[in-house]
Amino acid sequence: MNTSDDDNPYDLLSQDHDEGHRWAFGTGFADPLAGIDTSVPEQLDPDALARWCLALGDDALIYSHRLQQWVARLPELEEETAVANIALDLLGQARLLLSRAGGIAGQTEDQLAFFREEKEFRSVRLAEHDNRDFAELVVRLLIFSTWRLALFEELSSAPDPVLAAIAAKGVNELAYHRDYAARWVVRLGDGTPVSHAKTQAALDNLWPLVGELFRPDPDALATVDPAAFDAVIDTVLATGGLDRPTAAALAPVGGRTGRDGVHTEAMGYILAELQSVARAHPDATW
Amino acid sequence: MTEQTNAYQVAASTPDPELPMLTIEDLGILRSVDQSAEEITVTITPTYSGCPAMREITGDIHDRLTKAGFAQVTVNTQLAPAWTTDWITEDGHRKLSANGIAPPSPAPRRSGPIPLTLTAPPPAPCPRCGSADTRRTAEFSATACKSLHRCNACGEPFEGVKAL
Repeated sequence: MNTSDDDNPYDLLSQDHDEGHRWAFGTGFADPLAGIDTSVPEQLDPDALARWCLALGDDALIYSHRLQQWVARLPELEEETAVANIALDLLGQARLLLSRAGGIAGQTEDQLAFFREEKEFRSVRLAEHDNRDFAELVVRLLIFSTWRLALFEELSSAPDPVLAAIAAKGVNELAYHRDYAARWVVRLGDGTPVSHAKTQAALDNLWPLVGELFRPDPDALATVDPAAFDAVIDTVLATGGLDRPTAAALAPVGGRTGRDGVHTEAMGYILAELQSVARAHPDATW
Repeated sequence: MTEQTNAYQVAASTPDPELPMLTIEDLGILRSVDQSAEEITVTITPTYSGCPAMREITGDIHDRLTKAGFAQVTVNTQLAPAWTTDWITEDGHRKLSANGIAPPSPAPRRSGPIPLTLTAPPPAPCPRCGSADTRRTAEFSATACKSLHRCNACGEPFEGVKAL
């Protein structure tokens, strides 16, 4: 059997074509911050800025992975493209933020994504929570994007111009993530008794993870006003005929949460999947 | 023709890989082309944070300028100000319509917190028959920048570029 490159479509896809680069896939990622002035303003502590960018990048990376796990499992093709595109937006935000953090700390985005241990990840526990059903998907997306949109709106005027630019770009994306999620929560909440019950159950199940989003963080360059977050969530819940849960926040462990590297059981499984190829074949290119 | 405009034209005519009927100039992502000494520096801005076409576009600009005889080419990224669909040129709008894709309506002007939108945006006019009687069938399409629609008058489905 002839297995030369010209006969195999997969080889053709991965080959350099005449212009010195390839279509479709490969490991040739370029620095997403190429050509941008990445000096840290004098009044900022570079280590604190790197930790904060890492935390925001980890939220996006881990939650994007959870959303990617939905692809090919969604109820309709329209939701496939929606969820895949939202996951892609968040992965793009993660790349920019990990590059910003890594640039300060002397590491690449890949080193940060693939070669850190669980306790070094600073993502909130909401991001790693197991996928359940479609109601859980849209309720979590509503909570996550409402919080992150409010945070990024504040960060658009952050004292670090690189972070401010990343946030300003993210705002446009998070706004339509939130609206997509909100419309689904209303539709399911105001739908059949079964869809209503499942959506209320998803809210009740996820609500304990909301508290961590508002914990004070010494590295934070912006905070979200809980009243502004509540106003959006309450509007959506009221429109969908859903009740705001009253469950208490999931307690920190020894005073520490996901932001401090203390994660739930779900996190190890995500990292095993996310990191296994990069760890089995370090520095591999194709 | 000066060399400066020549380099600009070479860079500006690079097609977008996802919307190949548009050049990067039509799309509004080409910010500047600078020539200092022997070096051409092209600055582009990403449309979306996760846009996978950026790497292809960077490579294409580099190759086009190299083939046009410019030896030293650097392609830089610029994040601020963030790209908006308002930067798609009039020519870009015309080319989108001619290719069956509804061009974006003006991007929302915002001051203060972004309001929640629970209703669908106004219908995009059908790029095939021009009817305003259309409905949006999906908020996302093959790429994040587009949505799916159907025309109630001519029955054809079509894509539209979302206002951002």
